[in-house]
Amino acid sequence: MTLLFQLTFLIYCFATLTYLLYFYNQKKQMRQLARYVLGAAALSHLVYTVARYFAVGHTPITSNHEAVSFFALSVTLGFLSFRWRYKVKNFGVFVAPIINILMAVAIISSQDVRDLPPALQSLWLPVHASIAVMANAFLALAFSGGVMYLLQEREIKNKRFGLFYSRLPSLEALDSLNQHCLSVGFPLMTLGIITGSVWAKQAWGSYWQWDPKETWSLITWFIYAAILHLRFTAGWRRRRAAIMAIIGFSSALFTLWGVNFLLEGLHSYAG
Amino acid sequence: MQVENIIALGVNHKTAPVAIREKLAFSGDCQEPLRIVRGIEGCEECCILSTCNRVEIIFVSNQPEVTSREVRKFLFSKSNLTEEETKKYSYLHYGRDAIIHLFRVASSLDSMIVGEPQILGQLKQAFRDATEEKCTGLVLNRFIQKAFSVAKRIRTETNIGGSAVSISYAAVQLAKKIFGDLSDKKVLLIGAGEMAELAAEHLINQGIKEVVVANRTLERAVKLARRFNGSAVSLEELIPQLETVDILISSTGATDLVLRRDDVKPIMRQRMNRPLFLIDIAVPRDLDPELNDLDNIYLYDIDDLKNVVDINKEARDKEAACGERIVGEETLKFQQWLAGMEISPTISQVRKRADDIIQLELTRTFGQLKELSPKDKKSIEKLATSISNKLLHNPIIFLKSITSGDDVELNIDMFRQIFGLDQDKSDNVLKD
Repeated sequence: MTLLFQLTFLIYCFATLTYLLYFYNQKKQMRQLARYVLGAAALSHLVYTVARYFAVGHTPITSNHEAVSFFALSVTLGFLSFRWRYKVKNFGVFVAPIINILMAVAIISSQDVRDLPPALQSLWLPVHASIAVMANAFLALAFSGGVMYLLQEREIKNKRFGLFYSRLPSLEALDSLNQHCLSVGFPLMTLGIITGSVWAKQAWGSYWQWDPKETWSLITWFIYAAILHLRFTAGWRRRRAAIMAIIGFSSALFTLWGVNFLLEGLHSYAG
Repeated sequence: MQVENIIALGVNHKTAPVAIREKLAFSGDCQEPLRIVRGIEGCEECCILSTCNRVEIIFVSNQPEVTSREVRKFLFSKSNLTEEETKKYSYLHYGRDAIIHLFRVASSLDSMIVGEPQILGQLKQAFRDATEEKCTGLVLNRFIQKAFSVAKRIRTETNIGGSAVSISYAAVQLAKKIFGDLSDKKVLLIGAGEMAELAAEHLINQGIKEVVVANRTLERAVKLARRFNGSAVSLEELIPQLETVDILISSTGATDLVLRRDDVKPIMRQRMNRPLFLIDIAVPRDLDPELNDLDNIYLYDIDDLKNVVDINKEARDKEAACGERIVGEETLKFQQWLAGMEISPTISQVRKRADDIIQLELTRTFGQLKELSPKDKKSIEKLATSISNKLLHNPIIFLKSITSGDDVELNIDMFRQIFGLDQDKSDNVLKD
């Protein structure tokens, strides 16, 4: 099983490399190859996740390894589903490294199977955890869209056309990418918090306990709520929206990891 | 078929000034001139390409020198230049050079603006006219169609048409990078000038929704607006207009700034931060350079645009080098085809083809029938060879029997097609 995961990681590395090569030479065949390789990686990752489900006997989103692995898988699937609907040139080049970094984190975290505490043994586990992680995946896509926007805008604004000007899509396309990702990611995030709260009521008897993870996800939620609100009322589009997407994602990452390592709380055994 | 019989003769923007080119140009259809050239001594096939940058005649002749002298005389008949001068202003390419020349013309490597796409369409029209007048035959048909495919190959394999090499077009390209789709955008022209109008025209071609013209004299503005199907406003309405405009092109003769940073800053709030693309073509400049510091405003002055064009030119030169390489390759292929259009190479090629097939099939069969003795093998080899020889006997007799007449090349070509002798090595039957 560890072997399967290592294999998946290798395929992802290969996909990232192909995407980077494609970014450099912009040959159609290279892009096609990169897509196939990423598809293969996703398939192998899916098999691993299912296998792990049967091996540990519950939805594998409890340890850090499992959560990050599922996170990477969601980014991949989110990206693949996205590219059927929107054409954003060279998006894969920016998404693939993110997936790869997540996979690298997953591979160095402990892959031991730990028994699930009784509090977590519930149908709410797969629902709450997978929704929360999938929300993160779309926030990650919005993040890479934001990075692309800032790179492209810098070249247009400074009138120095380097690597990105011809390769990246128009600012408009990147901005709408941002909006699309958030309009999927934010409802998922809201749903993740609600299901978590319902589950908390069942497991611990109270909807909200103000443990660090809950607090931070609320902070993240408020950041994204502000982004969307400002976008539609005050015209915070484009550059500001791109910066906000990056800030929001940093907060989401802190919720995922920072809280586990720096702060103690109810969620801590789940990571 | 002698390669040297293919000839290209003409004038273009490099060899002759426009004053001469415009005299030589054939306006309208080329029926009459085509008929005349076809009637010139020695001329077997011909095609006339006449555009604003070039007038040239491509022809096949069995007496290259005589025919080209007469064709040149005809080409310059509308001017009163001496023969010496006509030689100076025109070019004359034979054989391989003529092939390279037409391939370069078709793929726009020889154009004034390298990479411009119109020339291929013009050549196609010229070819259509020539075929309608029945002025083309086997050689030119193959030659010009090959030129089309070379042009197509260069367009797909290189990025020769990809970069903007004029200032107005560079502005359009930038607008696309900022806005993506231009179809719901509004452009405001301040002042009138050739370059500003050109840029506006390019934008309209890209499907821009609305054009507004502002000018010091309203009359001039109205006139220009009518041309673009737009509306006219006075210069005082400039600032309120900015609320709805997406692209602004300024080219007034004003000595002072027309638009300052502090005029625009409050507008951006009302615009809900929708981006604004400002193009300043005027010298001295109309727009405050500090405008570029504002969020979501992109200001380009004439030097910035020139810079974009220079970068693009560099990139395009690189692509053109790739194009030249492709022209070289394709010229070689076409020469091979021409060289094959003789009887003796065709015979040896068809024999070789038969031998290759025999060898391939024999190795296959022997591989399966390992129990065969050397003697058996020998007789099977003999059998295969004699079947192939008997089968090829009559076709080769037929080929040898064609000696003269107009149909020599037509017959050879058909023979070669039947036996598949001109297929690319890549789709060779031997490799199936």
